[in-house]
Amino acid sequence: MRVSLFVPCFVDQLTPKVGLATAKVLKRLGHDVEFRSAQTCCGQPSFNSGQWDVAREGAIRALSVFRGADVVVGPSGSCVAMMRNFYPELLKGTPHAAEADDLAARTFEFSEFLVKKLGVTDVGAKFAKKVTYHDGCHAMRELRLKEEPRQLLRAVRGLEFIEADEGETCCGFGGLFSAKFPMISTAMAQVKGGALARTGADYVVSSDPSCLLQIGGWLSREGKPILPLHIAEVLANDA
Amino acid sequence: MDDSKAIFLKDATVNAADGDQRAFINKALGGYYTNRDLQKARYRDWERARDAASMAKWSAVNDLANVLEKFVSNFERNGGVVHWARDAEEARVIILKIAEDVKAKAIVKSKCMTTEEIHLNDALEKAGYGVVESDLGEFIQQLRGEAPYHFVFPCMHVKREAISELFTKHLGTAPTDSPEELTMIARRHLRQLYIDADIGITGANFLVAETGQISITENEGNARLTAALPRIHIALSGIEKVVNHLDDLSVLLPMLATAGAGQPMTCYNTLYSGPRKKGECDGPEEFHLVLMDNARTRILADPEQRDSLHCIRCGACLNVCPIFKNIGGLAYGTTYQGPIGSVITPHLRGLKQWNHLSAASSLCGACTDACPVRIDLHHHLLRNRRNASKESPTLFDLAFHHGFTFVIKRPWLFALGGRIFRATLPLLQKLPLPYMGAWMKTRDLPKAPAQSFRDQWKNQNV
Repeated sequence: MRVSLFVPCFVDQLTPKVGLATAKVLKRLGHDVEFRSAQTCCGQPSFNSGQWDVAREGAIRALSVFRGADVVVGPSGSCVAMMRNFYPELLKGTPHAAEADDLAARTFEFSEFLVKKLGVTDVGAKFAKKVTYHDGCHAMRELRLKEEPRQLLRAVRGLEFIEADEGETCCGFGGLFSAKFPMISTAMAQVKGGALARTGADYVVSSDPSCLLQIGGWLSREGKPILPLHIAEVLANDA
Repeated sequence: MDDSKAIFLKDATVNAADGDQRAFINKALGGYYTNRDLQKARYRDWERARDAASMAKWSAVNDLANVLEKFVSNFERNGGVVHWARDAEEARVIILKIAEDVKAKAIVKSKCMTTEEIHLNDALEKAGYGVVESDLGEFIQQLRGEAPYHFVFPCMHVKREAISELFTKHLGTAPTDSPEELTMIARRHLRQLYIDADIGITGANFLVAETGQISITENEGNARLTAALPRIHIALSGIEKVVNHLDDLSVLLPMLATAGAGQPMTCYNTLYSGPRKKGECDGPEEFHLVLMDNARTRILADPEQRDSLHCIRCGACLNVCPIFKNIGGLAYGTTYQGPIGSVITPHLRGLKQWNHLSAASSLCGACTDACPVRIDLHHHLLRNRRNASKESPTLFDLAFHHGFTFVIKRPWLFALGGRIFRATLPLLQKLPLPYMGAWMKTRDLPKAPAQSFRDQWKNQNV
């Protein structure tokens, strides 16, 4: 299958290894992977801030960037939820509505694409570490993904999986919320980060790099011995 | 900055840093989660029950005028008197007028958030009437001189020792750490007040159109005494509380109990069918119902957020909300706390002054999943944000998002901006920049890579 990568803007600039790992796994499974360099940001920061008019401009632009792509795969539940669920809402009643629906149907979160679209759970990876998992709220509640990443992780050779307390609790990122209401966001990071650290795992894995920014940022500041890692980075380790 | 926002930011900051209080609330809710899940598991299909409950409310709310008329005609046939109130002021005037007409001396009240919404106690006290809350939690909050912390569990934040001290101070009782003894103290104190009161004021959980009855749900039996012992019963209800059929309660009552308190059913569910009739030995002589709009019709006129009128005030959305759990109920400064409060308060009190509550959310959606009547809560927060930035945009927001969009529409500028951002990140982190400064106070950022993804991809794939 020809896969068009959707790399979140902050992954592009801050954690490019997540994008590279995503491409590596897809290539290993035998797919053609392309990256359309005209892509930038999905516009979610403006959308979530209530600035729907400018967010609409970003959305319309993204439609043209991914026009003609068979499938679009992104390593972020949040950014994929923006395209899948919120572009159609944002562009409802405009001449772009049909194309927004069409893109929504062709866009997949990375773990969702592997498990639900390709039917693959064992990608042939090895990672001999103790791992716990954080469900990003957008992946869990907007895309209804919960088992898919766990199925993928359980198939990784040598990986020991530990569930954490506060399993369905938000990490407190919420995009600009984390900077507009830093005191609330930090309290939430304490609850979530504390539960993750208590598992004694080496890594907290997630399909959402934005949550990992928040969780990892708090864990690092607090000196907790558990590191953030994107699920694609786990799956990219060859067996 | 508006006062309400400044106070919110101050209180939320203090409370979010109070680890002990947060742990106390978390522990209290831990018991609720266990019981709720146990009770939910007894439903054959909780999700289909949510559909049914939501549909029961939907069908009444979307035909509100007709269903209300039907209810009122049946309620009047039962001997009750209906008063219509456009807003809080009219509702207060109506209730004060009744109190004056019947020459009331003492008033007892059972738990009713709608009376909190119109600040009824203040109005009654200013007019010279003594009014006592008969729900234990509300009674405690009344003695503390504090608004309810949670609209179902008003004093969930108060520790047992503090309640004992409060009773010692106000009622002169001996200190105790036994919850049963504390309850008995309140019970002994309240019993005579029911007997002395001329007026009992209650709320209503549901108004049943086909029978003209009022349904009230409670755990303590105090609402029954409040409604039955005094000469006059006044109930205050929002117009959205009406449902079509008695049968609707067969799903709404158990779901209210399970979603709200983790109970299979609330202890007392009573249908009130008008005043004492000829030949009956108990019940009030007069039964007044104040039906209040107070912005309900404004929400009704909004097709996007109309479903927020489905709310049965169970409190499930508060119980799962990480914002509520970390800042506490009082920080909201509203009658209705938590997600539903953040959604409807801008409609009740003004979007410009109250949209900060919609902004203060990570949009995690736990509330929407918990809501037994399927209100699209967290998406309504987004809609409030959109409406607020249309109605009263801030210059900073406009500049920031127009600037950001200008950049992301130009991939070359985005790539250049990214390069500069990465190169200067160590310096940027030290500057008191908007957003970045707030982030860096409690969290680190990853070390910026030398090359972006797009650069590395280009190099790999040439």
